[in-house]
Amino acid sequence: MLFTSWAFLLFLAVLVPLYYLVPKRVQWIVLLLANAVFVGFAGLTGAIYLTATIVTVYLATRAIDALFRKQKETIAAMKATHTKEERKKARLGFERKRRIVLIACLCVNVGILFVLKYGAAIGRLSASLLHTPAFGQELALTMGISFYTFSSIGYLLDVYRETVETQKNPFKLALFISFFPLLVQGPISRYDILGEQLLAPHTFSGERFLSGALRITWGYWKKLIVADRLLVAVKALCARPQVYCGDFVFVEMLLYAACLYADFTGGIDITIGIGEWFGVTVEENFFRPYFSKNISEYWRRWHMTLGEWFKRYVYYPLSVSKPMRMLSQKSRKLGVGVSRRLPVYLATLLVWALTGVWHGSNWTFLVWGLLNGIVILLSEECKPLYARFHARFPRLTESVFYRGFTVIRTVLLLSSLRLLDCYATVKDAFGAFFSMFTTWNWGAVFRGGIQSLGLSWADYGVALFGVLAMFALSMAQRKAPIRKRIMAHGTTASVCVLLVLIGTILVFGRYGFGFDAGQFIYNRF
Amino acid sequence: MKRTVLTIGGVLLACILLFGVLFAVTRLLMPKYRTASIEGSLTGEYYRDTTPHDVLFVGDCEVFSNFSPVTLYDAYGIPSYIRGSAQQLVWQSYYLLEDALKTETPKVVVYNVLALKYGEPQSEAYNRMTLDGMRWGGAKIGAIRASMTDGEDFMSYVFPLLRFHARWSELKEEDFSCWFGQGEPVSYHGYLLRTEVRPATETPIPPVLQDPHLPKTSMEWLAKLASLCRDKGIELVLIKSPSIEPYWYPEWDADVQAFAQQRGLWYVNMIDENDSIGIDMQTDTCDMGQHLNVYGAEKLSWWFGAELKRRYDLADRRGDAVLDAEYRALRERYETEIQRLTEGN
Repeated sequence: MLFTSWAFLLFLAVLVPLYYLVPKRVQWIVLLLANAVFVGFAGLTGAIYLTATIVTVYLATRAIDALFRKQKETIAAMKATHTKEERKKARLGFERKRRIVLIACLCVNVGILFVLKYGAAIGRLSASLLHTPAFGQELALTMGISFYTFSSIGYLLDVYRETVETQKNPFKLALFISFFPLLVQGPISRYDILGEQLLAPHTFSGERFLSGALRITWGYWKKLIVADRLLVAVKALCARPQVYCGDFVFVEMLLYAACLYADFTGGIDITIGIGEWFGVTVEENFFRPYFSKNISEYWRRWHMTLGEWFKRYVYYPLSVSKPMRMLSQKSRKLGVGVSRRLPVYLATLLVWALTGVWHGSNWTFLVWGLLNGIVILLSEECKPLYARFHARFPRLTESVFYRGFTVIRTVLLLSSLRLLDCYATVKDAFGAFFSMFTTWNWGAVFRGGIQSLGLSWADYGVALFGVLAMFALSMAQRKAPIRKRIMAHGTTASVCVLLVLIGTILVFGRYGFGFDAGQFIYNRF
Repeated sequence: MKRTVLTIGGVLLACILLFGVLFAVTRLLMPKYRTASIEGSLTGEYYRDTTPHDVLFVGDCEVFSNFSPVTLYDAYGIPSYIRGSAQQLVWQSYYLLEDALKTETPKVVVYNVLALKYGEPQSEAYNRMTLDGMRWGGAKIGAIRASMTDGEDFMSYVFPLLRFHARWSELKEEDFSCWFGQGEPVSYHGYLLRTEVRPATETPIPPVLQDPHLPKTSMEWLAKLASLCRDKGIELVLIKSPSIEPYWYPEWDADVQAFAQQRGLWYVNMIDENDSIGIDMQTDTCDMGQHLNVYGAEKLSWWFGAELKRRYDLADRRGDAVLDAEYRALRERYETEIQRLTEGN
């Protein structure tokens, strides 16, 4: 069930009143059933994988919890009768059992994701190496699996670390893992943030409903007016790298930057708005990312929940892991700086490689991830240099001009890296990037070239208006959340804004017969 | 309390305003079919004629191009109307007839059988041209449900803005001039007049039929159409209009003949009657034998009118003041158009 389908809107139109009409104690059951319907629409295969995740995570967390309790009881009972050494041995025994349960559950869930995500690619690779028929070509990602697997693993690790209470009711855990608005493209949520909210009783609030409706409609506005429009041109540019080279690639970078932003943030707006309709505050996934002054800052503001997940569950544990500590010790002879940096840099590169492959099985994603990591590390290395520059030219670096320069530089750098997301092969992506410096064809771009991409000038005009509207809104958000400001003007004013948004979507949106108002870009990851 | 009332009033007013704007925008963006694809106007124009019809033609382009209601009235006093549109599928003809029978009961319904070759929905564009002009009711709902191709949805027929919203960048003068008005009819009781002469130069070689029979679905709908006419006491006539292309296979002809024979209906394949009608595909066609021009249509109407009169004892309605006035005005418009087009040619 696509967010952009009539079926989905009808689904919401039935679900929201139903949620508030039933007794509060069964509201969560209504949501759980809604999740089942939503997942059911996506197909039986997806439902089976989701159920497998729910069941394995539930059993594993219950087992870990039971082992914790048993450990405490055993150690307490041993206190009077056993030596410290014996107690330690017993504790280590329990820890080992917990770790076995954890690893087994991780293997199952990461294994499912791995097989579905990379099975077909591995099949193709082995076929080309061994000259045998490619296996696993029928394997494909099911809806939301990358997102709910990460959320589930997060919960599993939190239980393992004793940072959250174990959910004893499997259906309540199922509600968290399968919460339908998050299945399309995240955000990757944490149990300690979402779990209790989903189970809590909620009373209908007109104000919250209107606020949610504004957010949802703004999401659709970005998706249908800007993203789906620009995607037509982006697809055309990517499809023929030999033809659309040189300055076309620069155009493509800018169009894709706007398109991806509108698509991804639009989808998240819809998700957060739907969450609000059920009284659930879903985590924000963006914080005006295109205003970042460097790439590290950008990644703290773009797809924040994925970055946070990697930091919390991969980067930090890896940085302080035993092998890294050993590596740090062994590299001391190379100098203090090296021994301090090496584990951090290795962990950073590993996290970025994982971030890359999380996005897809294509080599382009791995290269994209590693390049992001390298750029971040280089920036880190250059920090003293920047500091000297800032100290030397304080007036320049504090000026609006310089800040604007850093923002534009970051956007261009990221857009260049994103070329790897656009093209089918690394070679094509690099070829396109370098062609910008070897082929000067602005004339061809504006003498009909840009119009050959499936969009008319009127379409570009609408897209430009959309981009400017998004930019203006981002600027306005710096003072205070725009929805709050609109709502402060009263219900009538808010409804008027909502109706204007709906009206403009209906006229200028790309939907209906002849258009592919389909999936969100991030849904394929 | 006062504040709540004001808020509700404000919200209601805003909603009414939005619906008003969207209604106006929908009217503006819907295709008017006045200068291009004018066949799209035909379905809607039917409702503008309030006079009774003794003969109702239903079918595809082979009815709206090949029969002249003006000639039928002038020659035999037969008031008639053509409910045809481009690639009008058999189930669309069924529903258009059902829709027409709500307000009138003709003595004879003439169905052109060419579209029987299509057993499945074909084209979204033709669907829209045929169905958008229908008045809302059970017939329209049935026609839409039976006709939708992949990717179409019912909602876009209820709210045409959902289908035509992207036309904002291709609006023409006619979209503004006919925004809320209908403008002059483009047809003459459903007849689309053409005066060009483009002779048929060669006989096309028909492709080999994969299945020699007409699709089962089409024949089922034809049976429904026959039942509808029988239930209302209307005579159903099946015809195949004269044409060289698209090719009408003997196997298909045999299917229709068998159907007609089984139900005691008159079926005439006019391709076999070209000589007696006097059709000359060198002078009477506007597109190399696919459709007739006005000269061919008048010849065909003369011949067919005589046959209808002879077989179904249709009354000569000339002398009826209302009909005379209607057809006088129609003839004037018809002749003016012939003159205009002839000068243009």
